Amino acid sequence: MSVKAETKPSSHQTATGRSSIQVWVQKLIAQRYLQVMALLGVAWMIVFNYIPMYGIIIAFKEFDIIHPISAAPWVGFDHFKEFLEDDSLGYVIKNTIGMSLIKLVIGFPLPILFALLMNELRSMIFKRWVQTITYLPHFLSWVVLGGIMATWLSDVGIVNKVLMALHFIQEPITYLAEPKYFWGIVITSDIWKELGWSAIIYLAAISSISPELYEAATIDGAGRGQKMWNITLPSIKGTISILFILAISGVLNSNFDQILVLRNQLNETSSNVIDVYVYQVGLLSGRYSYAAAVGLIKSVIALILLLGANSVTKRLNNTSLF
Amino acid sequence: MFSSKRQSASEFTFEILVTLLMLIICFITLYPIWYVLVNAFNDGEDAMRGGIYWIPRVFSLTSFHAVFRSDGIMTAMWITVAKTVVGVIVHVFFTAMVAYAFSRKELIGRKVYMLIGTITMFFGGGLIPYYLLIRDLHLLDNFLVYIIPAAFSFFDLIIFLSFFREIPAGLEEAARIDGANDFQIFYKVIIPVSMPVVATIALFHGVYQWNDYFTGMIYMNDMDLQPIQTFLYRVVAQSSSNQMLAAMPSGVSVSVTSQSLKLATMVVTTAPIVIVYPFLQKYFVKGFMIGSIKG
Repeated sequence: MSVKAETKPSSHQTATGRSSIQVWVQKLIAQRYLQVMALLGVAWMIVFNYIPMYGIIIAFKEFDIIHPISAAPWVGFDHFKEFLEDDSLGYVIKNTIGMSLIKLVIGFPLPILFALLMNELRSMIFKRWVQTITYLPHFLSWVVLGGIMATWLSDVGIVNKVLMALHFIQEPITYLAEPKYFWGIVITSDIWKELGWSAIIYLAAISSISPELYEAATIDGAGRGQKMWNITLPSIKGTISILFILAISGVLNSNFDQILVLRNQLNETSSNVIDVYVYQVGLLSGRYSYAAAVGLIKSVIALILLLGANSVTKRLNNTSLF
Repeated sequence: MFSSKRQSASEFTFEILVTLLMLIICFITLYPIWYVLVNAFNDGEDAMRGGIYWIPRVFSLTSFHAVFRSDGIMTAMWITVAKTVVGVIVHVFFTAMVAYAFSRKELIGRKVYMLIGTITMFFGGGLIPYYLLIRDLHLLDNFLVYIIPAAFSFFDLIIFLSFFREIPAGLEEAARIDGANDFQIFYKVIIPVSMPVVATIALFHGVYQWNDYFTGMIYMNDMDLQPIQTFLYRVVAQSSSNQMLAAMPSGVSVSVTSQSLKLATMVVTTAPIVIVYPFLQKYFVKGFMIGSIKG
């Protein structure tokens, strides 16, 4: 409020002959503490966000670790061409997009369904218990979860014991050593870990729906299913759209933490994704320029997907990120 | 009359089915964790025979004794505690401070600052240029690599921002009349009334700091500076039980196996966070509500 009180007299002073620059400088001095606080944040972003963006130019250069970036010779699109001719390109792209799309198709609607069903529980105490319990796996690290899974899925693990006892399989299977099981393991464990947590935001959105809407529908004789379909779902459409845009733009973002823990030499052909590939060729083999080029391809496609998804939802139901 | 009775009967069936489904989901969520617990609390050598599903067969704490007596594990534990405590304080204070400045409408350059931040949410340099930056800043093999690059997040800034906008202007006004400057207003007035959002961001960042193994893995060669998650990663993913055995303190009874030591370490690593989060639940649910309204 004091802001308005301060700016009003100063605009009068402008009229009485003081230049607007002087007023501006005066305002700047008055908010010097505020400016320092803001600029510290801007400085952090320039260092940790914008300098790495500038660093992308090594993708077009032949950079080595000893000399500075500016000294590296330009090579144009050589690294990009090399990636397109690489033998692993096929399965790296296939794994990245394949796993993400399945996660999107199964993993995106499940938390919505879960939140809708949880909303039907009458007992608040039971509901709170279900919430607390299903949040739990979110707080486990992927390393710990990887350890649990290695125990469960080993040849003497509980999964093999149960399946053999039920006569589904004759011989124990080493699941993590066989490529054909990898996608399933990744998707199942991801849903197990994040189902409850991902539902929070929908539950929050549902809790802000006006109870009057439901009362009116009850008077009109609507059943539970009808209320869910005609009131709850349309009311959280905006939240769903926003999260859908974010999910689409993250299609190339495989869960690096998760895959790094579960992958190994034996399941390589179905476990290597762009992020892991960049890490391997870049940091482990030291081919910085080439890895940066692969990373850049990923960032650009992700940006295009984001803009595309944003404009689609904007046209469909008027919700958009920007 | 008749039809409404039938409807309530079908609604009753529906409720039973939903409740059953929820119970099944809860069981599927808890059992894998329970399985690790009972095996960790069982004698290591006996556990190798398998078949422990519900309760420990030979109850024993020797694996936990071994964990707490292992220098390697305890050093990594302390690094994790230190990076989480320092990291959370720095991250919350710094991000909230910048968010408060950004929240004030009279801030000159506010639109430009916000644009600078918004761009970072949609585009980044990627792993390799980032690694080179960390190297050039001499943060490799340096404890500060856990703190400074994690001191700020524009996503968290937006959550703070939407909370700060709801604070009545009268509060700041009173402090300003008393002669407080903007920084003093921030930490004496704004922070104390923003505890729900501070707790939310503290929890989110605390979980990140506690569970992150990647930073320790790529920026730390110095084993004495690696956190417990990185230590576990080397054990779990690279299945180097040798490292686990090397971490075993000498003179530990033979009943401790590398598997039981691994399980006990996993339990010790996870316990603090699992004990803390139910108490913060009401805060982070509130934090999500801010997020869901603002989109």
